[in-house]
Order: sequence, then C-alpha cells, then structure tokens
Amino acid sequence: MNGSPALLRVVGLRKGFGLRRTLAERISRTETDPVLAVDDVSLELRRGEILGLAGESGSGKTTLARCIIRLVEPDSGTIELEGVNVREAQGAELRELRRRMQMVFQDPYSSLNPRMTVGAAIHEAGRVHNRPGSEDRDQFVGAALERVHLSPRLAKRRPRELSGGQRQRVAIARALAVGPELLIADEAVSALDVSVQAQLLNLFLDLREELGLSILFVAHQLAVLAEIADRVAIMNHGRIVEIGDAGAVFGDPRDDYTKALLAAHPHPRLSDVA
Amino acid sequence: MTAAAAPLLSIDGLRVEFDTRHGSVAGVRNAGVTMRRGEILGLVGETGSGKTLMCRSVMRLIPRPGRITAGRVEFEGRDVLAMTSSELRSFRAHDVGMIYQDPFSSLNPVFRIGNQLIETLRVNLGLGKAEAHTRALELLKDVGIPDPERRSLSYPHEFSGGMRQRVMIALATASQPRLLLADEPTTALDVTTQAQILDLLTRLSRERQMAVLLVSHDFGVIAQVCDRVAVMYGGYIAETAPVAAVYRGAEHPYTRGLLESIPRIEAAGHATRLPTIRGVPPDPNESLAGCVYKPRCPYALDSCDQVSMALEPVSPDHTTACPVRPFHGAGASQTPHAGAQV
Amino acid sequence: MSTIDVLAEPSGPTPAVEVRRRGRIVRDLPLEAKIGAAMLVVLFLAGLLAPLIAPYGQNQLDLANIFSGPSGSHLFGTDGTGRDVFSRTLYALRLDLAIVLAVTYPPLMVGVLVGAVAGYFGGIVDAVLARIVDTMIAFPFMILVIAVIAIVGPGVKGVLIGVPIVAWALYARLARSEMLVLREQQFMLATTALGYSKRRAILRHALPNLLRSSLIYSTLDMVVNLLLLASLAYLGLGAQPPNAELGSIISDGQSTLLSAWWVATLPGLVVVLFGIGAGLLGDGLSDGQLRGRLQ
Repeated sequence: MNGSPALLRVVGLRKGFGLRRTLAERISRTETDPVLAVDDVSLELRRGEILGLAGESGSGKTTLARCIIRLVEPDSGTIELEGVNVREAQGAELRELRRRMQMVFQDPYSSLNPRMTVGAAIHEAGRVHNRPGSEDRDQFVGAALERVHLSPRLAKRRPRELSGGQRQRVAIARALAVGPELLIADEAVSALDVSVQAQLLNLFLDLREELGLSILFVAHQLAVLAEIADRVAIMNHGRIVEIGDAGAVFGDPRDDYTKALLAAHPHPRLSDVA
Repeated sequence: MTAAAAPLLSIDGLRVEFDTRHGSVAGVRNAGVTMRRGEILGLVGETGSGKTLMCRSVMRLIPRPGRITAGRVEFEGRDVLAMTSSELRSFRAHDVGMIYQDPFSSLNPVFRIGNQLIETLRVNLGLGKAEAHTRALELLKDVGIPDPERRSLSYPHEFSGGMRQRVMIALATASQPRLLLADEPTTALDVTTQAQILDLLTRLSRERQMAVLLVSHDFGVIAQVCDRVAVMYGGYIAETAPVAAVYRGAEHPYTRGLLESIPRIEAAGHATRLPTIRGVPPDPNESLAGCVYKPRCPYALDSCDQVSMALEPVSPDHTTACPVRPFHGAGASQTPHAGAQV
Repeated sequence: MSTIDVLAEPSGPTPAVEVRRRGRIVRDLPLEAKIGAAMLVVLFLAGLLAPLIAPYGQNQLDLANIFSGPSGSHLFGTDGTGRDVFSRTLYALRLDLAIVLAVTYPPLMVGVLVGAVAGYFGGIVDAVLARIVDTMIAFPFMILVIAVIAIVGPGVKGVLIGVPIVAWALYARLARSEMLVLREQQFMLATTALGYSKRRAILRHALPNLLRSSLIYSTLDMVVNLLLLASLAYLGLGAQPPNAELGSIISDGQSTLLSAWWVATLPGLVVVLFGIGAGLLGDGLSDGQLRGRLQ
C-alpha cells in the first residue's frame, strides 16, 4: 500500500454554513462568521485502503463525506479522483465521477425508496450507467445480491419487508452495481444492532479484498473504526486533529482531543475484566 | 448483599403481547428479574429482544395495542399489575422514575426548565411555591447544571442534549424514587457527554441508594455502570449475572456470541475479522418451540427443541437459560459445530 | 464469514409486525377503507351502467302516475311528471360522477407535478411557482366558478372550466410541502449520489411517494366537487333540464318535500352515501399511513 498513488486526494477543503441573521443584524449589516463545518481539511485515500473518519456529531465528518461526492458543494479546496478534478466536473463527466465514488448512507429505513422493489432499485442503477450485464435483469440483480451475501429471492421484496441489516446490504449492493472504486460509508453501521453490525463490518472487509475497493468509513464509534480501518483521521469542529495508522492513533494518541475521546469511550471497570 | 434482604423489584413470568391484524404477537414471552435496593441492573439486548417493553412494564407504560397478558410485577412487595389507577399514579409519582432516550422530545418545549421541575414538585410532593422553587434549584445543582438560578429560566431548546438529559434526570428523581428506569438514556448523546451522564447516574444511585434499571444495546455502557446484567433475547432472559462474571465466563451461547461480536478499540492495527453470530434475530411473529436461540447457536443439540427458556442457576447470582452449558462443567469440552471461534 | 449463513435465511425478520406480500395489498387495507371503496365502486358502477340498468328513461313521462311513492315498479317513486326517480338518479349519477372525476384527477396530476418540481428545485423556481399557487388558492373559489358560468352560460361547461383553474393549486401546495421533506430523505440523496438525472429523481423516485397523500385528499375533494355541482344545479346554474343531475332533481323535489318526500330525499341520500363512502376510504387510507412500526 505504501507508495501506491492516491485514489482520492482532498486538499484544503472548506465548507461553511451561513448563520441566520436576525433582522436587526441584517439592517445594521453586521457580518456574522459562517459556521465552518469543514475547515481546511486535507487527506488522501489509496487504492484498497480503508480510511476511518471519526468524530462526534457536529465534527463535520458527514459534511466532508458529502462534499467529496458533491452532494453538498464545498466553498473552496481541491478534490481529485485519480487526478481528475471533481469540483469542476459537469454533466456526463460528473456523472462518471459519481459512478466511481458511491455512498452508503446511515439510515437503513430511509436509504431505500419504499416504493421500489429491491430488484428494481439495483437494476435501475445498472441501467442508468449502462453497466455490463445489466441487460439481463435477473442475472444482474442476482449477482449483485449474492455479492453482499443475500439470496436472489429478495429481489422481489420491498424495503419494509426487510430487516435493518438486510436493507443496508441492499444499499451496498445498489452502490456496487455501478462499479465504483471508492465506497463512502457514512455511519453505515451505526443504526444496526451489534451482531448485525459485526456481519456488515466483515462484509466491508470482504468487499475490499474481493473487489479492491477503497473505503472511506465515517463513524462516531471509535471501536468500529478500530476493527475495520487501516488508517484513521479524527475530526473536531471541522478540522482533522490527528491522522495516522489505526494502531498508532488509538494506541498512542498525540492530540488531546483524541485522548479525551478515547478516555470517554465506555469501558468496563478495570477491576472487573479478567 | 444478603439473600435474605427482600427484593425491591421482582418481575416473574412477564408476557407482553400486541394485537395486530395478523393475530397476537409477543414482544416479551416469559421473562423475570429481581432487583435489590440500590442496585444498578443492566438490561441488554438487541432490537426485538423485548428489553424496552420489559422496562416499561414496571410502570405499566405499555403503549396500545400492547398489553401485559401474564406475569407478576412486585415493587416493595406490592402488586403493581393489580393497582388501581390512583394507586398507579401515586406509584409513578413517588416510587419509580423514568428517563428516556430522546432528550429532545421528552421535555415540553413551551415551558421553562425551572417551571417543569417546579410543577412536578408541587403536584407530586405538594410543596408550596417558594419551597418548590428552592428545591428545584437544589435539584438542578445536584445533577450538575451550573448556575441553576439563571439556567432554570431557559427553555429546553436552549440546552444541549446532555443538559436536557440532566434535567430529565432531575425531574425523574425529584420525588426521591427508590427505582429509576433508564431506557437507553445515552444512546442519542456524544460519547463525552455519555460518559458524564453515566457518572451522574452512578453517583445518584450510590448517594441515594436508588436502584437503576439501565436498558441499553451497548454492552460497554452496561459494563461501565452496572453491578449486574440481564441479557435478553427473543422476548426471554437468556442470562443474568454480575458484570464481572459475564466477562470472565458467560454461560449462555448468545451472551458469548454477543460479547465476541462487539468491536473493541484494542483491535486497532490488528486487522482480524470479528466473530459474528450467524443468522438473524427471531421474528416476533413466529413462536418457536424450544430454545429461541437454537437456529443460530453453534452448540445446539436436538434436545434443545424441548428447552423451556427457564433460568437455572449456575452459581449463586448467576443464572442461564441454556441447559447445554457448553462452557461449564460437564459440557465444557464441547466444541462448537460450526466455526464460532473465540 | 461464509455466504451460507445469510443465504440460508432469505426471509429474515420483518421489522414491522405486519407483512405485506405481493398481491395481498388490497386485503391488508383497513376495514374502513374497504367499506368505503366498496360503496364508491357500487355508486360508480351504477352511474356507468345507468343506460343498462335503469328501468325507465330519464325523461320518460307517465302522467297517469305522478307523485306515486316508492313501490315495486318505481323504487324511488315518481315525480311531478311521472318520471321514475330511480332512473333519473342513476342517469344523474352518471353525469355527476363523470364530471367529478374530470375536475378532480386531472388537476391532481398537474398539481402534484408542479408542486414536486417546486419543492425539489427550491430557489427561484420554487419562489415563482409557490407564489402562483398561493394566488390561485387565495381566489374565492365559488365566486370564480359562478363568474365563469356567467361568461360561458349555465351548464356543465362552467364547472368543467372553473373548478380545475383553482383545484390544481391545492394539490400543488400539498405535494410541495411533502417534497420539501422528501428530498432530504436518504434515498433521494442517493439518487444524486448514484448519478441519476433530476428528472428521474422527481418522476421515478419522488412522485410515487408524493401521490399517496394527494390521493387521500382527493377522496375528500371528490365529495366537495360533487356537492359543488349539486349546489350549482340547485341554484339552476348547473346542468340544464332535461338532463338529470342530482342537484336539480333535489331542487325539483323541494316544493313537494312534505307531500312527496321521496323525490328530493332519496336522491339526496345517494349523495350522502357517496360522501360517506369517500370519507371512509380517505380515513382508512390515511390511518394506514400513520400506522408506524412496532418495536
């Protein structure tokens, strides 16, 4: 992994949200500083790497993830996917870039269209991007479902008939159906039960091995990132305060905020654990 | 804690059902726990385990169309399920308190914090206006709200999640209840805030000898705060034990599977796969004969189809619903059937 | 982690306690909705098949038999010129329900589309469309319809033109506010992430989800429109004689209400039944919407 060129490069990314100004402020033309959700963030993601992005709510990690695929437009900075400028892409070029960077969202109950069957949602993704194999609907959908360890029989179901874990797998299958190189998991396992979460984490690791996927894994639970990430970046108030190998960051943190986060992580009282 | 001390709370054979168009569905099938005075008991389980329903049963706060169809709930020797509505109201006002998961909707947004607290004190404890005011400020200070005089004039939306949860705790404990029900109180909070709230709960429990029933899906939270833990699965209790005993050696295969699948910070940099429990949690619509965990259990035997999910003691204070006991005594040499590794 | 584990459990637990399987959606509707739907189906069929099932013509005079009460040969009795009230009611239903459908559903389709577009794009598009919608809603509805009738003359035309001018706006407003919420749903964000066109996002993904509340509202709207028709006819501004129309039948029977009660009352009852049926259907469908998940 060392020495391989970066798949994703982010440099100096900034995104602010304007605060509502009261009428009085508007009249007097007082300047209010926008809240910087993403404040000068730079990072790199190499091929086949899993980079964890940790932070509490309000740290900006979700905004950062959304900026990368331009679900939210950043104010300034550079985003490059294998050298291609993401921020300036338009039309077909943007669509192709988006195809290569897919996102899996947090809420298994709203990330799938309740009115579409699983098969329809997956097939549509393949068709819109003219993926090879998408002409044969059953074959395409079946293969997509099996890739996430689901039975092809689920293709006829609607999301409400599936459990949270199954829905997330379908969401992953849909994202994979367009053949991305980079997967952004935005709190993708946070809403799941612990045992289901473990299954999904293993799935992500499997996909990284089988498909060579790079994954940007956004989560607030440090332990989840410890299990899955090669490297970890810790965010606080829009800035990355520490970044490095997972073992180093969690085992020997440098930044005070990281240390505070680790200390606050619930742990059994020392006298109890053998 | 002597066995002779009468339990504060005793639940036995609880069954909670929901009437749906497709028939009755049981959220809690047959569960029971006991709690001693001042004890912090954790109720842990995943979605569909019945832990929230069980917690609410103590106060009989089951939302329609659910009802308690069987079992006994006794608090300080009194039968809670047989209480009249005025007895129940008094019970809820004075003897038991409850805090919830969502700090954003559990406080009335149109009333000031101080007034909500004062209302409880005046209505439930019959305090006069001035007395209630003073007491309210004391309570706010006690739960760690700085500058209570000024803060009590704020509205809920001016408070952060952690502060609101503290206010909730003040409200719930204002009448000095002997038992506090905490239903996922920190799930919606940041980890740093969570740590503070958990410390607060522990302190209040010790200071006031107030028992706490802490419901959570997060084992880490339970382990940090609780003395004992009850693990729920599929509407039954699978195991009860002191927290230390569960970590040293859980007796029920589900508990072990659950503990093994919990991600740990110590794993950082070691890239191993998490052991997982194969399969999916049981469907509340289906009632299975025998052990409800059998379909997923790597140690299951044919005889498990006749298991009654009754809790049997392994040692004093440690019970399990698994008669196979694959980790203990005669069954200890058993190897799992399919790749569940420790 | 082998694939076998999860493949072996293809169905998994259903998060909601109720399960809807394909083809059984109708069976799973609440009872209210089914009763309401049945009532409406009966009434629509009665109107549709009027030429086949009406025992007499709508203007078949029988001067020997005026004002005879309900009987075996005249279910609803006869009116002042011996016409069979039942047959007239059937033909009136046919006309009225056709008009109701024509002034309810085309505006629904237009309105939902406009509202969806306004809500999805926001910004200047929304600002302009929303103001137009607000203006149309602000129109005093009845006065507009009567004004149109004053221009084109009494008869069905007035309603067919006047009502849709305003009706679409109510659906637009409903759809727009739903879209504002819907577009933040993660599956809608996913359509952008997946690189789908905005057109696909609105038509294929958002619209099916927006239709539901508009359809529920339309059950109420149908009743309102029917009553509007009947009121106008009652005032002499609707369908002109000799065309049978519910409002005019009732109006004709008004003067003989005490002596020949059946002429006004029984057709009126049919209108009431329509209202009840539509109301039950609407209630039943919207209860389904609120029925959430059980934990």
